[in-house]
Amino acid sequence: MESKVAYENDLNLKATELRLGLPGTDYSEEQALFSARNNKRPLPDTNEKCGSKGCTDAPHAGNETAPSTKTQIVGWPPIRSYRKNNLQPKKTEPEAAGIYVKVSMDGAPYLRKIDLRIYKGYPELLQALENMFKFTIGEYSEREGYKGSEYVPTYEDKDGDWMLVGDVPWDMFMSSCKRLRIMKGSEARGLGCGI
Amino acid sequence: MPRMGYSFPEEVLEHVFSFIQSDEDRNAISEVCRSWHDIERWSRRRVFVGNCYAISPTMVIRRFPEVRSVKLKGKPHFADFNLVPEGWGGYVAPWISAMASAYPWLEEIRLKRMVITDESLELISKSFKNFKVLVLSSCEGFSTDGLAAIAANCRNLRELDLGESEVEDLSGHWLSRFPDNYTSMVSLNIACLGWEVSFSALERLVGRCPNLRTLRLNRAVPLDKLANLLCRAPQLVELGTGAYSSELRPDVFSNLSGAFSGCKELKSLSGFWDVVPGYLPAVYPICSKLKSLNLSYATIQSPELIKLVSQCQNLQRLWVLDYIEDAGLDALAASCKDLRELRVFPSDPFGQEPNVPLTEQGLVSVSEGCPKLQSVLYFCRQMSNAALMTIARNRPNMTRFRLCIIEPHTPDYLTLQPLDVGFGAIVEHCKDLRRLSLSGLLTDRVFEYIGTHAKKLEMLSVAFAGESDLGLHHILSGCDNLRKLEIRDCPFGDKALLANAAKLETMRSLWMSSCSVSFGACKLLGQKMPGLNVEVIDERGPPDLRPESCPIDKLYVYRTVSGPRFDMPGFVWTMAENPALRLS
Repeated sequence: MESKVAYENDLNLKATELRLGLPGTDYSEEQALFSARNNKRPLPDTNEKCGSKGCTDAPHAGNETAPSTKTQIVGWPPIRSYRKNNLQPKKTEPEAAGIYVKVSMDGAPYLRKIDLRIYKGYPELLQALENMFKFTIGEYSEREGYKGSEYVPTYEDKDGDWMLVGDVPWDMFMSSCKRLRIMKGSEARGLGCGI
Repeated sequence: MPRMGYSFPEEVLEHVFSFIQSDEDRNAISEVCRSWHDIERWSRRRVFVGNCYAISPTMVIRRFPEVRSVKLKGKPHFADFNLVPEGWGGYVAPWISAMASAYPWLEEIRLKRMVITDESLELISKSFKNFKVLVLSSCEGFSTDGLAAIAANCRNLRELDLGESEVEDLSGHWLSRFPDNYTSMVSLNIACLGWEVSFSALERLVGRCPNLRTLRLNRAVPLDKLANLLCRAPQLVELGTGAYSSELRPDVFSNLSGAFSGCKELKSLSGFWDVVPGYLPAVYPICSKLKSLNLSYATIQSPELIKLVSQCQNLQRLWVLDYIEDAGLDALAASCKDLRELRVFPSDPFGQEPNVPLTEQGLVSVSEGCPKLQSVLYFCRQMSNAALMTIARNRPNMTRFRLCIIEPHTPDYLTLQPLDVGFGAIVEHCKDLRRLSLSGLLTDRVFEYIGTHAKKLEMLSVAFAGESDLGLHHILSGCDNLRKLEIRDCPFGDKALLANAAKLETMRSLWMSSCSVSFGACKLLGQKMPGLNVEVIDERGPPDLRPESCPIDKLYVYRTVSGPRFDMPGFVWTMAENPALRLS
């Protein structure tokens, strides 16, 4: 049985995303409002023609490849390099350390430990768990969880609650997961998205 | 009128003029008549050149032959944020060599955003026998070798302040070059040095300079050595610690605490890199005397900050990270009634989401609780017109207001409207406002308010704002006292610039980058206004290889009496009256 998990990493993020923008403006419209110039220097082409199409640096050049607001703008926010350089502590970033969580499976004699950092998202994680414990997980759905699966992946979050793996965006899961438990499907009834 | 000139002997006038220190007043005196002009120029001892390219060293020396103190500024302010390409200019060497022969009695050199070499430092150390003060603020181009020359040769040095300069660290031993019989240091600021300096040399230096009032250490000086230094200099008024971290040990703590208690004159604290909160209480004994506290590198959380700040009832200046949170600013507002200046820096400037609960509310609280607050620099992620209006009404005595809402184009988060009326309230109520930085979503209307009300404004910084040339026109035609205008990423173009060309001669400088100014307009401006240097900065290559209507990358216009400069790098062109002077 194929254990395809048919959803994406950032579940429903767009729907709940808070954006600051004038009502009625679209994200891409907002891009065109400010300079379409991104701060990558165009290739020094001295034969560049200027005109409505050629002059890629005109700020009001419509919807030309407008840069995403998520890329860093040169010199913004206006903080001196001296301050930027000095803010970082001299120790290594904690991100390098990895996020290790224990994984238990009902009926298995001993626990395992995995580093959540090495997985890009839920599909990879579940695949790895299936390989590690030699079982299969059913299909996930928001409404019914892992209905029909023999085993169900669950996790304990920061608040001490047992949650179904897959409900929250991957990044949120990574920062709130304390440990994993692969429950027998029959016990897992009750854990679903009914919360 | 000529008879008036003979009624006072020169010596008397000179004596009277010696009481006049301000440049403005001295300039006024020098315009009264020829003889006053002459007497004044021989007696002027301090010169401030706000733009090193506005005049040549020769002209300054010719007019003021007996100067003892020089202050020069080089690169435009936006160089601080990497908007001015490397190699643009600001070289001080021509000034140093001219002054080396003309001003043998020069005592003070203060530079800001200039490039100074080790050769120049050595020339300084050998040319001026009575040299006392060297301040290098945000400078670059030199190494510890240059500092060694200063240490070795300047017997009368009182002040060595490296500000936030970039210094090539070749050796920490430059400090040992101060001779053993050198004892005159009053102020030493080496906070910007990245590597260790010889600690024993530092200790000995501090120990033998009884007049030392200011000592700003660099991060590499460990905390467990700080007590030692403080015990040798209990007369210190201003201290910058090194890294404020160490394994928590009771003996280190009690030494430190004792040392701080021994510094009865301490009024200013800074440094505090890598803070271990357990050591903060060591400074509690002196908090009540503190006037200035710079915690802008201290990554400590709000509860500790509150404990610290609540004890500083006499605080006048606070620089801090946004870890202080709104709650901390509430505490500040309640405890520090003498606060004049607040700067709140972002701990995570490039993060997409707010990482701390610091909002407009913190600033509103401080504006309510601190009646003397007049200078603000505030980084935050949300703002409302209502908050700005409240701040404006609370603090009509505001003179410097710089707000940076981190995400460009952010509107009022409550109404989703532009922040025009909020900033409008600031300029309307704060009639003595001299400096303003805008941010957030802004239309041309905010510039109309600024042009109408900000009559005392001297410096304006604008980014990602406005809709049309009308915005720029309002500023240039309305702000009577404008000296410096810097603009980035705004849809301002040729019309307003050319219509207000004459205004530019009344200002020190104008910076415009990533706007819509065409090459043709720059040429026209340069041709029409011989009193201005119109510099086009463009790393894409010569602007005249593109059509004239093409917008240029960066524009820097400044008034000058010495014509185009000759030290421009390949990516800077001056639009001159005489096309033959235009290098391409």
